[in-house]
Amino acid sequence: MKSLSEIETIAKRASKAAGYSWGVSEETGKSIRLLELFSLPGIKHLNEYFNEKNKHKFENLNLISENNYSSNNPYCPITLGISFLDQINVLENLKKIKFKNVAYPIIFISFISRSSEIIGKKIYVKIDEKKILLNLNVNISSEFIDQKFPKMGNAIEVNLLENDDNFTENEWNNLYKLSEDTFVEESDSLKEGAAGAGLTDND
Amino acid sequence: MKVKLRDPNKIMKLSRLGSFHQSKLSFLRSFLNEFKDWEYKRDLFNLNENGFGEAVYSFKKNKRVYSLVCFANEIKDEERSDRVIATKWDAAFTLHDGVPTKKDIERLKNEVPKQEVGRLSYKELTLSRANKSLRIYNHVVENLSKGQQPDLNLLSKVGYLYRTTAVYGSGKFGLADRFRIKNREEINGPFRLEMMLVYLVRQFTFDQVNHVAYHRNPKTAIKLDNNICKNLGIGNSTGLGMAPFIVNHPTLLNNWILSREKALKKIREIKDVESKDSNLFIDCVKKSLKNITSWNTDSEYQQKKISSLLKDVEKFLNFINKDFNFEIEYPFNNIYQWLEDNCCEECIEYIVSIMMEPYNDIINPLIKEMSSDEEKYFNIPTQRKVEELRSIIETKYPNILDINFEEKENNKNFWFISKNKEEPRLADRFEEHGSELEQPLAIARDIKKLYDKLLVSKKNLTIAKFLISNSELRHVVRRAFIVEKFPYSEIQDNTIGKDLMPIDMLRLKLSFFGALKFDPRSDKWLRICMFQGAPLPNELKSYDEQWVYKTNI
Repeated sequence: MKSLSEIETIAKRASKAAGYSWGVSEETGKSIRLLELFSLPGIKHLNEYFNEKNKHKFENLNLISENNYSSNNPYCPITLGISFLDQINVLENLKKIKFKNVAYPIIFISFISRSSEIIGKKIYVKIDEKKILLNLNVNISSEFIDQKFPKMGNAIEVNLLENDDNFTENEWNNLYKLSEDTFVEESDSLKEGAAGAGLTDND
Repeated sequence: MKVKLRDPNKIMKLSRLGSFHQSKLSFLRSFLNEFKDWEYKRDLFNLNENGFGEAVYSFKKNKRVYSLVCFANEIKDEERSDRVIATKWDAAFTLHDGVPTKKDIERLKNEVPKQEVGRLSYKELTLSRANKSLRIYNHVVENLSKGQQPDLNLLSKVGYLYRTTAVYGSGKFGLADRFRIKNREEINGPFRLEMMLVYLVRQFTFDQVNHVAYHRNPKTAIKLDNNICKNLGIGNSTGLGMAPFIVNHPTLLNNWILSREKALKKIREIKDVESKDSNLFIDCVKKSLKNITSWNTDSEYQQKKISSLLKDVEKFLNFINKDFNFEIEYPFNNIYQWLEDNCCEECIEYIVSIMMEPYNDIINPLIKEMSSDEEKYFNIPTQRKVEELRSIIETKYPNILDINFEEKENNKNFWFISKNKEEPRLADRFEEHGSELEQPLAIARDIKKLYDKLLVSKKNLTIAKFLISNSELRHVVRRAFIVEKFPYSEIQDNTIGKDLMPIDMLRLKLSFFGALKFDPRSDKWLRICMFQGAPLPNELKSYDEQWVYKTNI
């Protein structure tokens, strides 16, 4: 089994050899390491993308807006990922961002995951109707388990979620009430002595 | 009185970093301190009469066990080489996490001797190999087998029986990634497991010579005297492989140097020094003279440094004996200022190291600050502005900005990775091919390029937008934001200039390891000695902390 350190180093060097700058290659190494840590096919897709890159042209999207459509060639997932990462503090205000025609979207996803940690918000992504939740770069849950990640994301929708609870107020209150059963009802003497401060604590 | 931390623009120059010496902060000393109450055991010693076979040594505490698995191999004399191009070694080692099963040992037997071309697993933590110092090894075996101890004069010329030629860790060749073990308290310090490997290898070398000597002549053989063992260390041959490490791990480098600087600052701020502490300090300086006079090297460069070090340490002792009174206020601050005014860099840093000896209460908490969570500082704060980055560079890299990289001599070398051995190398860009594949280690040059670009960019442009058209400078943009928070994270010097001495970079790292007797074999590789004078494993429960200044051979 390859260690994550080996994976990061090789992905970085291969990216440099594929024509990216050292700084961008460092970012790619980190992102591929992350995918492999989450058992997602980072090395496989990076490898396939670099093979494709020799044969076909890909678009570099440097400035991301609300709707991003590449009508000719697919977007390069590395340049797109770096742009997303770099511009996340501005993109955060957009809530929903759409992309069409993105090559090897799993590579792009790794950069979105890192962006989720930077803004401290979960990010919900749909790749051609398949759902992926990026949780502050702590994990990536997706509907792709047992299915291959696509080589092309025809329509990608990125939703930046607000930090809301996953549950209803009612569910919370019920659980809270149950937790109160571990508390002791205080008698007068307990009120006086158990906290140490007595009944007059504002002198 | 408040003393300022020393200026990174002075301390992070290569000539200063290349003058650093071991200290109480050094990793091999903090390793011994951490593992002193662990149970040491030789679990397996299955060598044939010529000393070839397997052995296992372990450290154990509660449920945690670390086991060194050793493989001693027969090789031909002509196959023995310290260079990284070697493919066979006298012995190969791995540190296994836990107790290795028979199956593990069988697996490791196939992989460990192959080193870089073998595959290890997440159950192995470090990997190394070593060659005999044939001259010394044969002499020791020969004498012991005849019932006599070896010639101490000969031993003192080398200082070890074996020297390692590489020690790998942190995920190389399939070894465990650092993140798997980083929460273990006992290894909360850099390179602690590498130090453990080297320390246990040292014991293996003693056991092996005793074993071979016994089998050569069971009737007359004696064991190597414990006091001689103690005064032998483990050698190490180190090349350029180490140099990029300190450039590629800026926050880690910062934490090493910052700990040293904080220690010095706190010691200079001690108003009244107790006589037991000043006595210990002076005693260590005096006894350390032996380390200087027994420091052998053929390198003219190092000989000059040793000779000025010896001269200055003697001058310092003279000053302390005749003109100095430890009863004045802030005596160590006075000493430091005297050193800056009167001594060479080598001597200043030598004495700074020894100043730490009396102060466990200052040093021990700093040891815990010497690791780094590097991932935390990787992301570039792209919402910040060009104006801010420009100001960071002006403040943090003032001397770098003065270098003219248009001049050939300032841009002479390039760092690359050799295809044959995947190791870092340095070459003349105007005479050799390959500079188009240069590694990103010319930080000074690239910072200057970045600064020039920033000067012609709009002040209020965000870094995100700046990077769109300046992707080739991304690696140094990251570094500049790191140095803003970590003042000692950057070498404030030119790493590609004509006058570069790469061994200064190696020596910096090796001093933090705790190496002694730097012996440059060229400007690109050197030999050192580790653990010379250190307690033996069965003495760890109670040992003299200042052992490093008390070697006898």
